[in-house]
Amino acid sequence: MNDRLPILKTYKLAIGGAFPRTESGRSIAIKNPAGEVIAHTCHASRKDLRNAVEAALTVQPKWAGASAYLRGQILYRMAEMVEGKRTELAEAISATGATTTEDARTEVDRCTDRLACFAGWTDKYPQVLGCHNPVTGPYYNFSVPEATGIVGVLAPDSPSLLGLISLIAPVLCSGNAVVVLASETNPIPACVLAEALATSDLPGGVFNLLTGQRDELVEHFASHREINGLSAAGVSQAHRATLEAGAAENLKRVRVLVEPDFTDDSGFESPWSIEPFVETKTIWHPSGA
Amino acid sequence: MGSVTTVDRVMADARAASFATRSIKTAAKDAGLRLAMSMVDLTTLEGKDSPEKVRSLCAKAIRPMPDDERVLGERLPSVAAVCVYPSMVPVAREALGTSGVKVASVATGFPSGQYPLDVRLRDTQRAIDDGADEIDMVINRGAFLSGRYDIVAEEIREVTAVCADGGPQGRGVHLKVILETGELETYDNVRRASDLAIEHIRPGDFIKTSTGKVSPAATMPITLVMLEAIRESWLRDGKRIGMKPAGGIRTAKQSLHYLVMLKETLGDEWLTPDLFRFGASSLLDDILRQIVKRKTGHYAASYDFGLA
Repeated sequence: MNDRLPILKTYKLAIGGAFPRTESGRSIAIKNPAGEVIAHTCHASRKDLRNAVEAALTVQPKWAGASAYLRGQILYRMAEMVEGKRTELAEAISATGATTTEDARTEVDRCTDRLACFAGWTDKYPQVLGCHNPVTGPYYNFSVPEATGIVGVLAPDSPSLLGLISLIAPVLCSGNAVVVLASETNPIPACVLAEALATSDLPGGVFNLLTGQRDELVEHFASHREINGLSAAGVSQAHRATLEAGAAENLKRVRVLVEPDFTDDSGFESPWSIEPFVETKTIWHPSGA
Repeated sequence: MGSVTTVDRVMADARAASFATRSIKTAAKDAGLRLAMSMVDLTTLEGKDSPEKVRSLCAKAIRPMPDDERVLGERLPSVAAVCVYPSMVPVAREALGTSGVKVASVATGFPSGQYPLDVRLRDTQRAIDDGADEIDMVINRGAFLSGRYDIVAEEIREVTAVCADGGPQGRGVHLKVILETGELETYDNVRRASDLAIEHIRPGDFIKTSTGKVSPAATMPITLVMLEAIRESWLRDGKRIGMKPAGGIRTAKQSLHYLVMLKETLGDEWLTPDLFRFGASSLLDDILRQIVKRKTGHYAASYDFGLA
C-alpha cells in the first residue's frame, strides 16, 4: 500500500503571461466521478476579469502588428506545445468522467490539428475576407480585414478543450487578444493548456484564462467597455440575453453558437470563423493613371 | 543647517507598505476619488508639447468629464492645476482664465537645474510675469550630493524671494521645490534635502518628489519620508508645508493609498489641494474610470474619456 500523502494541484489563472491566484482568494474543488477531489481551480472575480483586460490591452496592438508569418509560426508553436502535453491534456479531459480516455485523446489531437490549421490561415484569410473593389476613377479601392481588439471568449462546458480551442484559434489568428472563461464543469484542461502556451512564444497577455462561474462573470464580460467582441458557445438562454444586452452598450460584436458540433472540421476550420472578429477597413489610393 | 535626521529604511518601507492594506470601499472610496481628482496637477512636460495640446489639456482640467451630469448626475470637481513648461504659460493662462484652475510652471532650468543661477532666476521671473500661479523649481542635485548644501540653500532662498515678490499685485506665487529623489540615492539624503528645502521656503509652499524624467519617480516610502519631515517642521514651529508626489502614480487605487498615508501622517488638515497635490498625466483618466464604474457598474474603456 502506498501511504504517501497526495499532493493535489491548485491551478491558477493566466493573466498577462503570469499565473496569479484570483484576487478574491476563492477556489473551487474539482471532483472525479467517484466524488473525490482531484484538484482545485481558482474562482475568479470581476476584478480578475478587469486585470485580464488591462493585460490584454497593453499587448494586443503588438500582437496585431506582428507579421502574419510570425503569428502563423507562433500558432504552429502552440500546436506543438499542445502535442507535447497530449497525455496530460487527455487525462485532464477525462478526469471528471465527461469522456472516455480514448475520446479524450481524439479530442486533443483534433485541438492540435485545429491550431495548426489556423497557423496556416494567418497569412491567407486577408485574401479571402478582403477584396479589391471596382470603382470608377483613377483609384485603387481595397477592403482589408483588421483585428477587432480584445475578445471575451466563453468556452462551453463540453468538449472542455476542443470547444475552447475552436473559439480562440480563429480569434487569435487575426491578431485579437482573448480573455477566456473556461468550462465550468471541467476547467482543468484549459489550465493545462495555459501552462503549455506559456512556452509557446505567444506574447504574455494575448491569451488570458479565467476559471470560475458564468453566473457571476457573464454580465461583466458583457458590459466591460474595453472588450470589443464576445464569442460564446454552450451558454444558457439567459446568459445569451445578458451578453447581447450588455454588448449593445458599446456595440461589441457578439457571436453565440447554439449546440455546435465542434468535430465539424469544414465549419470550424473555415476562414468564416475568423470573419466575425475582424473589422473591415476600406482604403482609397490614387492609381497614378 | 541644523541637526541631521537619519531614516530607518526597513521601517520606512514597511510602514509605507502598510498604508496599501487599508480597505477603502463605498462612500469613503467615492469621497476619496473626488478628493484625489481635485488634487491633480494635470501635467504635460514633453519636448513635443504644442499650444494646441496645452489648450486641450486645460479644457480637460476645467471639466474633466464633460458629460458628467448626464452619466453621473453630478458635477465633478476641476483639477487643481495644469503643469507646463514656461513657454506654454501664456497659452495655459489664457485657456484657464478665471476657472480657478491654477497655472503651474516648471522653471529654474527644469529638469536638470544645471544652469547658472541668474538664468534660472530669470526663467522663474519670466514664468511669473507670463501668468504662472505656481512655480515648480528643481534643486541642483550635483551640488547637493557633493555636500555643497550652502549652494542649494542659496538657490532655494533666491527663487523663494522671486516668488514672494511676483504675481498679481505682488501677492506672491506658490513655490514647489523638486528634490528629484530618484537621484538622491538614500532615504537619509531625501530627508536632509526635505529639511533643507522646508527651512528656506514659506508656509504654504510645497516640496515635491520628482521631475518625472528620472526613474524611480515618486514612491510611497520616499513620500512618507518627506511627509515626516513636514510633520516635524509643523510640530516644531507651526510651519505648514505642502507635499506633491509626482511621476509613477497612474492608478486610482495608488492615489487612495497616498491619501491614506497623508491622513495617517499629517491628519485631516492636509487633505486639501492647498497642501497636497498629485503630479500626474494619466491618473485622472483612471480616477474617472473608477468613478464611472462605481456609478454605473460597468468597466469603462480608456477611450471613453477625452484625450489630453
